[in-house]
Amino acid sequence: MLNFVDSVQEAVAGIKDGSTVMIGGFGNAGQPFELIDALLECGATDLTVVNNNAGQGDQGLALLIKEGRVKKMICSFPRQSDSWHFDAKYKAGEIELELVPQGNLAERIRAAGAGIGGFFTPTGYGTTLAEGKETRFLNGKWQVFETPIHADVALIKALKADGKGNLVYRKTARNFGPIMAAAAKHTIVQVSGIVPTGGLDPENIVTPGIYVNSIVQVAGSGAGATNGKAA
Amino acid sequence: MSLTETSIKTSETPLGRDDLARLVAKDIAPGSFVNLGIGQPTLVSNYLTDEQNITLHTENGMLGMGPAAEGDEIDGDLINAGKIPVTELPGASYFHHADSFAIMRGGHLDICVLGAFQVSATGDLANWHTGAPGAIPAVGGAMDLATGAKDVFVMMTLLTREGASKIVESCTYPLTGVGCVTRVYTDKAVFLTGPDGVTVRETFGCTLEELQELVPVPLKAASGVGSAA
Repeated sequence: MLNFVDSVQEAVAGIKDGSTVMIGGFGNAGQPFELIDALLECGATDLTVVNNNAGQGDQGLALLIKEGRVKKMICSFPRQSDSWHFDAKYKAGEIELELVPQGNLAERIRAAGAGIGGFFTPTGYGTTLAEGKETRFLNGKWQVFETPIHADVALIKALKADGKGNLVYRKTARNFGPIMAAAAKHTIVQVSGIVPTGGLDPENIVTPGIYVNSIVQVAGSGAGATNGKAA
Repeated sequence: MSLTETSIKTSETPLGRDDLARLVAKDIAPGSFVNLGIGQPTLVSNYLTDEQNITLHTENGMLGMGPAAEGDEIDGDLINAGKIPVTELPGASYFHHADSFAIMRGGHLDICVLGAFQVSATGDLANWHTGAPGAIPAVGGAMDLATGAKDVFVMMTLLTREGASKIVESCTYPLTGVGCVTRVYTDKAVFLTGPDGVTVRETFGCTLEELQELVPVPLKAASGVGSAA
C-alpha cells in the first residue's frame, strides 16, 4: 500500500522501539537527513541501524547515535575522521557493532529483498570477519556462507517519484537505496519532486513502486543538495 | 638469473610517490577497467593517458569516474569511495551498491590498486586493521576488491617507519584476503607475488642483493629483467 504523506514526521511516525532500520546513503550522498531528523524527533529507540557508515559530523545518523537511540550498527566503515559520536559510544561500550565487508553488506541486503536464504561468497574468506561461518570450496575458491539482512523499515532518498511510487535517483546518491527499498517491510522515501503517474520513462525507473510504502517530498533535498553537507 | 645481477636496477634512487604512481599507470593495459583505492593509489589517476582509454570504477556505484571536482563542479551527489567530490566522464554509468560489488566479486574488474600494511610471500594482503586493542575496525570495500579483481596491485613503501619490511613471510596484521596480491609496487622495487613466492621485476636505488638484506623472504629476479611486464 502506497501513501503520499505531507511531512517527514508523519512518514516515520509508525517506527517502533527495537526496530531494524536501514538507512540509505554512502557518506552524505543519498543520506535521507530529513527523515533521520524526524526519526530522532519521534523518539524511537533501541534501534538496529543498517548503513554503510556510522554517521559523520553532527548531523543525521551521527545524532541518532549521539542521543543513544542506536543499540547496534551493522555497517562496513564506521571509523572516519568525523565519526566522533560513534567512536565515543563504541569506546564506552554503549553500542554494538557488526562489521561487514561492504559487498557482503550490499549482497546480504539484496538477498533479503530477493527472498534468498543465504549465499556463499569468496569475500572475507580466511579473515577474522568470516570466523565461525560455514565455508565451502566452490568454483575453485573458498567461499563463506552469508545470510540476508532483513529490516522493519528503510529510510531512503531518491530524486523523483511518480504517482505509482516508481523512483529515480541522482548520480552516486543511488548507492544502497534500491536494495534497501526491496529488503525492508516498510520503505519510506524522501524525494525532491513528485511527478504525475506516467511522468517518468518506464525504461529509466530504477526502483519500481512495488517496493515503496511512503513518499514524502522534501524541498531542497534534490540535485546536489548534499553540497553544503559534504564532509 | 644470479642474485648479483645488477641490470635489474632501473633507477639510481628510490622512487617517490608520484614516480611510483606514474609507473603503475604505465603498467595498466589499454582498455582496462580499474578501481583505485583510497590514498596513495588515487595518485595513479593523475598519470593515466587518454590513449590508454582506462575506465575507473568507484565502489559507491559508478563507472567512468573523472578527476576530482573543483569549484562549481562540486556536487554532493557525486563522490568517490573516499567521499571526495569527483566528476563524470562521457560514457559514465551509475548503478546500485549490489551491482557495484557484483562488478568486483564477479571478476569484471581488470585491476585494483590498494595500499597495504603487509603483503605475504604468497600474496596474502593485510590492509584494513592493525588489530590494536581499542582500535575501531573499518573494512569498507577492501576485502571485496582484494578478492574480486583479476589483478590486485599494492602500492606502499617497502619499509615501515621503524625500518621493518612490509613484505613478510606471513602477515601479522589481520588479513584482508588470502593469496590475492599479484604485484607490489614500492619505493625500492616492484615485486611479483604468487603461489611460487616473490619475484623482483626491478629495483630502484638498490641492487637485488641489497634488497634481499631488507626483505625476510627469498627473492628471485624476474626473467627478461628491465622490460616492463
